[in-house]
Amino acid sequence: MLEVKNLSTYFKQGDSTVKAVDNVSFSVAKGEILGLVGESGSGKSTIAHSILKLIPASASVSGEIIFENRNLLQLAEPELIKIRGSKISMIFQDPFTSLNPVLTIGEQIAEVLRFHQGMNRQQARDRAIELLETVRIRNSGLRVRDYPHQFSGGMQQRVMIAIALACEPEFLIADEPTTALDVTIQAEILRLIVELKEKFNLGIMYITHNFGIVKNICQRVVVLNKGRVVEEGETGQIFSNPQQAYTQRLIECLRVLTHPPTPSLSKRGGGVLSADGGELL
Amino acid sequence: MGKNKLAIFGLSVLVFFTALAIFAPVIAPYDPTEIVAEDTMGPSTQHWFGTDDYGRDIFSRAVYGARISLTVGLVAVSISISIGVLLGALAGYFGGWTDSLIMRFVDVMLSFPSIFLILTIQAMLTPNIYNVMVVIGITSWMGVARLVRGEYLKIRELSYVEAARAIGCSNKRIIFRHILPNAQAPIIVAATLGMAGAILTESALSFLGMGVQPPMPSWGNMLMDAQAYMRDAPWMAVIPGLLILITVLSLYFIGEGLREKSDVRS
Ligand SMILES: Nc1ncnc2c1ncn2[C@@H]1O[C@H](COP(=O)(O)OP(=O)(O)OP(=O)(O)O)[C@@H](O)[C@H]1O
Ligand SMILES: [Mg+2]
Repeated sequence: MLEVKNLSTYFKQGDSTVKAVDNVSFSVAKGEILGLVGESGSGKSTIAHSILKLIPASASVSGEIIFENRNLLQLAEPELIKIRGSKISMIFQDPFTSLNPVLTIGEQIAEVLRFHQGMNRQQARDRAIELLETVRIRNSGLRVRDYPHQFSGGMQQRVMIAIALACEPEFLIADEPTTALDVTIQAEILRLIVELKEKFNLGIMYITHNFGIVKNICQRVVVLNKGRVVEEGETGQIFSNPQQAYTQRLIECLRVLTHPPTPSLSKRGGGVLSADGGELL
Repeated sequence: MGKNKLAIFGLSVLVFFTALAIFAPVIAPYDPTEIVAEDTMGPSTQHWFGTDDYGRDIFSRAVYGARISLTVGLVAVSISISIGVLLGALAGYFGGWTDSLIMRFVDVMLSFPSIFLILTIQAMLTPNIYNVMVVIGITSWMGVARLVRGEYLKIRELSYVEAARAIGCSNKRIIFRHILPNAQAPIIVAATLGMAGAILTESALSFLGMGVQPPMPSWGNMLMDAQAYMRDAPWMAVIPGLLILITVLSLYFIGEGLREKSDVRS
């Protein structure tokens, strides 16, 4: 449903150019969660931003992003505005800073409904309350009037998800949506994302550098290093048989992080990783 | 602490003066332009602040003068805030050549000493209250523009602006609905201080005879009238002078109080 073909995004920095994304291709099917993995600075967020053309005008973006038989990179701003938040939505790393502190939760959910679906104030408010229920926020009728700082981190991310799903998009970009959250909350949010994917038959591009999450929710993985795809395939396959040293290292990182080496666990084995997987979902 | 009390004092004074201005016809015992006494007279029970050189009641003139001075201050500051916010927002949000162009224009405007700029423009127009408000407004927005630009430069990098773009908000919507409310605290402070400045400028212009024209009373032209009688009728100068001083100080206290409050919060 969404196909990225030979995407390159270069930033100009003084005289030099930063090749943040370099000739990247992959695709995401309906109802599929694709993991986009790589170290910090490997270009994951830049790919996300390039898809919605949220890139500074000074950067050069080339290639194709095919969505509903159109190349998004060739659309003019008024067309893109209609797609952003309505057909393709995005959620971010830090929900607290991604919500506007001076607008109520209700206003922020209503906003996207009002201009994409032409709802009036009352309709948008009612729908906002429903959406808060969908992402399991209790007392949603009262809580629409709250401001972001009155919500916990996990609830803020639920609100971001409610905003993202308000117009029933077909594609969701999730840019490390659980990194800023507690581990227990992370699992809840992941569960919610998977559940909503089933419900709306969403295609999801899930950005993370945590292979544990990938193992839990992604059907396929694209591994990025310095703006290039180094490996791509079924999650299980990549895990059991990583072809690249870089991928092995990322998987190793996870093992070390979740289970610091102890004498009894010094041997590498699938058991360690699946134990982690079992905890999350 | 101390600033907070001063701010509340300032606010009370301003509310009181605003009430005087609004209810001037009820409060003023005489018509401010009517000659009600034979000559200049000192304060008495009949004329609380005395009468001026024409024999007009100074208390009534001061009350009506509050109307003029506060209105001029309010309208002038509204004009300067509107221009400053608009240009500052465009410069800070879009950056690049938009920013360069607008900020060069600000530099040019600032390179003229403002009183000369005002006097020059004012000399070309008929001096009346409307022109005074407009001229003060269009010559005092530059500080606001710089301030607002700085706020927009800072806020446009924040995550929620990116999130707003990701849900399909237009630039216009982001500028006015998402960023402006987050920049309002320093703008309100600037507006309060700007109003004090505008009231002083109006007084100066009227004092020089280029502002509000007699017989319409403003605190500035009451001061001008008083010049020739400083020795014989000092109250003619003291009353409007004190009123200007108290109003301007009150606005400063409010502005400083608000600034402190918003600094504490952020
Ligand atoms: N607006 C920009 N201007 C210049 N360089 C940029 C810009 N945005 C990103 N870059 C550069 O592009 C590269 C990729 O950055 P990107 O944010 O996509 O990485 P990432 O994989 O999302 O990393 P992280 O895991 O830390 O979020 C980095 O070298 C970064 O410095
Ligand atoms: Mg990133």
